[in-house]
Amino acid sequence: MVAPPVIAEQAAAIQSDRVVTVDFEDVSIAFEDQLVLDSISFRLERGATKAIFGVAGSGKSTILKLALGLLRPDSGRIVVLGEDVTAMTEDRLFELRRRVGIVFQESALFDSLTVRENVAFRLIEEGHTSEEEIEERVREALSFVELEHTMDLYPSQLSGGMRRRVAIARTIITHPEVLLYDSPTGGLDPVTSNTIIELVVKQRDLYKVSSLLVTHRLQDAFTMATHYFDRAENKMKPLPPHARTEVPFSFLILRDGHVIFDGDLKELRETRDEYIREYIS
Amino acid sequence: MDIELVSPSDWAKQQIKAVQDYALVGARAVANVFTGPRYFADIIQQADLIGVGSLPIVVLTGFFTGGALAQNSGVTLQRFGSLNLIGQLVSLGMVRELGPVITGLMVAGRNASGMASELGSMVVTEQIDAMRALGTDPMKKLVTPRMVSTVFMLFFLTIISDAFGIFGGGVASALFFGVNMHQYWSSAWQILQHQDVIMGLLKPLFFGFIISSIGCYYGMSARGGTQGVGRATTQAVVASSILIITVDFFITRVSMSIFGS
Repeated sequence: MVAPPVIAEQAAAIQSDRVVTVDFEDVSIAFEDQLVLDSISFRLERGATKAIFGVAGSGKSTILKLALGLLRPDSGRIVVLGEDVTAMTEDRLFELRRRVGIVFQESALFDSLTVRENVAFRLIEEGHTSEEEIEERVREALSFVELEHTMDLYPSQLSGGMRRRVAIARTIITHPEVLLYDSPTGGLDPVTSNTIIELVVKQRDLYKVSSLLVTHRLQDAFTMATHYFDRAENKMKPLPPHARTEVPFSFLILRDGHVIFDGDLKELRETRDEYIREYIS
Repeated sequence: MDIELVSPSDWAKQQIKAVQDYALVGARAVANVFTGPRYFADIIQQADLIGVGSLPIVVLTGFFTGGALAQNSGVTLQRFGSLNLIGQLVSLGMVRELGPVITGLMVAGRNASGMASELGSMVVTEQIDAMRALGTDPMKKLVTPRMVSTVFMLFFLTIISDAFGIFGGGVASALFFGVNMHQYWSSAWQILQHQDVIMGLLKPLFFGFIISSIGCYYGMSARGGTQGVGRATTQAVVASSILIITVDFFITRVSMSIFGS
């Protein structure tokens, strides 16, 4: 069986062009004398998705905030899209953040704004996009998450899953090159979680967006590692067995502030580390 | 409940850091007034919330404070046969001292708490981080408009409070001491010198800055979920009220040194 065209094409692109989009080098950070990340290093290549696992308080969300420059590390270097985030001023970071989007754990939609205003927030604030274009791009972003009909609602009128999808629409409206997802399926029912995961896979497979995804749910990561988005049928489908290694998806597991695993699904299944085996069982 | 003991040096460091963080918030908010982008729509919206929204309480407290001042002063003045001075006493008391302080305290209670709870909720629900992630500086978008609006509106609220305070004093004087209203207004008006008005209207500029910067500082530094927001709200009201009264003392002293009594 031949691998689905989109995956084969993507895998080839990644093989020929292994550009690193996110690079953590010996990064450490402590909060109130408690070391949360202790000299961690990893890389995310262009077009790839990396799922970050670890117990609560292991620093998963901190990694995303560090990558976006929302937090500064105590030591180490973080390079995102070729820019040293650790050496940038807040004003320069605002420029970089146009190319890097983040979906927060609890969506973080602005309560006082409608869905339309939330999704258009960046474009409105930048002030150099016409109202017609803003309207068009808001519709495009909301249609991606299939929530066009919620434009005039407020976040409080949406369900948890809908809020996450609006947060994704708000993030992708500027077509970022890197997406950071902080537990996008946390607290959601399996059906809604699957919808969110499908959107993440759609971003990965259709738009070649590089992603870091924090999650507690192993089944979500396994779904992403074993599925691809079929452009023709406009839905997520399981990969044929032989194509699994070609999916640009990897796992990063944290324990006690250290990276104890960084590899793909095959390597994860073959690991002999007792802690990891227990974690994934 | 476990009680965590903190060493005196750690406590001192925490306090110094809090003062430093507050100074940075205040300085950045002021610096942002002179740099773009400027959020005029947010300034107008906040001016409406802070100014127009506070109008009823400022009118009521001003009126009754002036009335109470007149009643208390009237008893003493009557004893010395100087009831004709009641307008002067109420007028000076309201314009120089009570008008600005009462207005400042009322607006602090209403708006410093509002700012701390609103911004604190935005912090704990990651909306502030989201705003930064979406390329907008929360200091420019949220803090500076609140500061500009509070300083501007408190100035006019104080004038209104002064006016209603003098009016309340007049009503109380007429009702309880039979003072002629025309005589009251003449003496209340004539006693006011430029320095009294300057001192009275200088204070709301400082108080407006204190209310907004303290409210925003505690809101932006809220930690620990809804409990943290509640704590930030209480601290904002307490700190801004204490600072208003303390700063009032020093402005009065400095003004009197400059203008004389």
